[in-house]
Amino acid sequence: MGGKLFKNFSFFSATLSFFILVGIFSILFSYAQDSLHEFGFDFLGSEVWEADEDDEELGVFGGYIPLVGTMLSTVIAMVIATPLAMGIAIFLTEIAHKTLIKPVSIAIELLAAIPSIIYGMWGLFYFAPIMQSAFGGNGVGLLTAGVVLAIMIIPFMAAITRDSMNTVPDVLKESAYAMGATKFEVIKDVIMPYSKGGIIGSIILALGRALGETMAVAFLIGSVMQIPNKVTDATTSIPVLLANNFSEAEGLEMSSMYYLALILFVVSFAIISIAKFYFLGKKVK
Amino acid sequence: MTNLIMETKDFSFTYAGVDAPSLKKINLPIEKNRITAMIGPSGCGKSTLLRAMNRIHDLYPNNKYEGEINLYSNGKKENILDLKKENDLIRLRQDVGMIFQKPTPFPMSIYDNVAYGMRLAGVKNQSELDGRVEKALQDSAIWKETKDRLNTSALGMSGGQQQRLCIARAVALKPDIMLFDEPTSALDPISTGAIEELIAELKKDVSIVIVTHNMQQASRLSDYTAFMYLGDLIEYDKTDTIFMNPNEKLTEDYITGRFG
Ligand SMILES: Nc1ncnc2c1ncn2[C@@H]1O[C@H](COP(=O)(O)OP(=O)(O)O)[C@@H](O)[C@H]1O
Ligand SMILES: [Mg+2]
Repeated sequence: MGGKLFKNFSFFSATLSFFILVGIFSILFSYAQDSLHEFGFDFLGSEVWEADEDDEELGVFGGYIPLVGTMLSTVIAMVIATPLAMGIAIFLTEIAHKTLIKPVSIAIELLAAIPSIIYGMWGLFYFAPIMQSAFGGNGVGLLTAGVVLAIMIIPFMAAITRDSMNTVPDVLKESAYAMGATKFEVIKDVIMPYSKGGIIGSIILALGRALGETMAVAFLIGSVMQIPNKVTDATTSIPVLLANNFSEAEGLEMSSMYYLALILFVVSFAIISIAKFYFLGKKVK
Repeated sequence: MTNLIMETKDFSFTYAGVDAPSLKKINLPIEKNRITAMIGPSGCGKSTLLRAMNRIHDLYPNNKYEGEINLYSNGKKENILDLKKENDLIRLRQDVGMIFQKPTPFPMSIYDNVAYGMRLAGVKNQSELDGRVEKALQDSAIWKETKDRLNTSALGMSGGQQQRLCIARAVALKPDIMLFDEPTSALDPISTGAIEELIAELKKDVSIVIVTHNMQQASRLSDYTAFMYLGDLIEYDKTDTIFMNPNEKLTEDYITGRFG
């Protein structure tokens, strides 16, 4: 009886989440219609974002700048975060002394739990001036946003990678040592290939997070509609543009923002699907 | 001192964080080009002793060795418990190979699995590698099954093939001793037969120590047998003697299946 109720309930929840997903997609898609009709795929390559002087409902809008800003800040974050997260995971599974593993792991999990607005504030008031004196520019910009994004996703990546490295059987590592391997060789030849699935999965999930991050990036990227010529230049990203303009936009501008949201939705959805595919593929084996 | 490859002298071993030693004053000779079997009930210390012989225990901190384990390699005597540097332990493990209970192929191709140890040892010459990989696979009786798929993943082989691949991998390093820890307990009878045949064949070139809880296996395969019980070496002798006419009552009780 209780079992049946629970089964029905979980079936209901699963169906509900599917409908929510489809519902969000349809709404984004239908609200983006005007902009889709007006600009088509040219939207992706156009740098202009201007409402008409006379008619607030009209204007010319293109997604190129926020798209580039999103991609570049994400790339910077991934380039910095991936090697560091791998290093932390390897340290925790293979190098750290027993007494150190627990506190470092807890610290990492706590870092992953900090709300992103706190990273944004810390980034703006503490970190941006440091970046300014080190690299010039205004302090806020692509690089600062990318670095803080990296700091935000490192704990998350490190934790998943560590979990997957922990699944390497001791006896497999022992057999490599028994062939005369050094610790470094065991890490490179056994642990990394064995946990490849988990490593790739963690990279993809972190990528999804970095792409969609709003609060921290809103504080740090500068929020100006311009193509960055240097990494220290200010620009904007899709989530930041949406958050900043939503309250005032009307008509075609609003529709163009739904278009941007749709792009972000599709890209994130694709990335998470690939990640899931990897995790599932690993379990099946 | 005629034909020993290794011998333990008053060897005791205590695991980290444990008060009582798991091995107590073990004196065990290992004869060259012979098969020495270690038998005894579960938990008596067989694996612990075997894992001391290539110092694999050192992967985990704070275990305690006492006494001596002497290796007679290339005509000189060396107490392997004196080795301290990582390089010396690596050399030791190339001289003393180990095969585990479950097959442990590395996540790489069949060829790379066999070439792995040689590459670690610094062999770079491709034709030398090819030759030694083929020789090792032949010596391990899986050349026929693998020669057409050397570049496919080793993970796709059957359990018995994987275990023979692991043996080939160790053989390729031309070790002095090979240590087997219950190498067939995860395999079906046919694969077990193939591995036993292989081990019997290998003793021409290497000295072998095999832990087994299968007494038929010990009596079929080995030249010498050591019976252990609760961390003590109770009796060591020619296998025939141990199984037909043991000196100790405890050995006889174990052999005849009265406990264990
Ligand atoms: N890592 C370890 N830490 C502490 N005690 C251990 C460890 N491994 C084995 N032991 C203990 O050492 C004794 C011998 O174990 P083992 O050598 O594995 O026995 P066998 O291989 O003969 O079954 C057992 O009492 C076992 O509980
Ligand atoms: Mg054992």
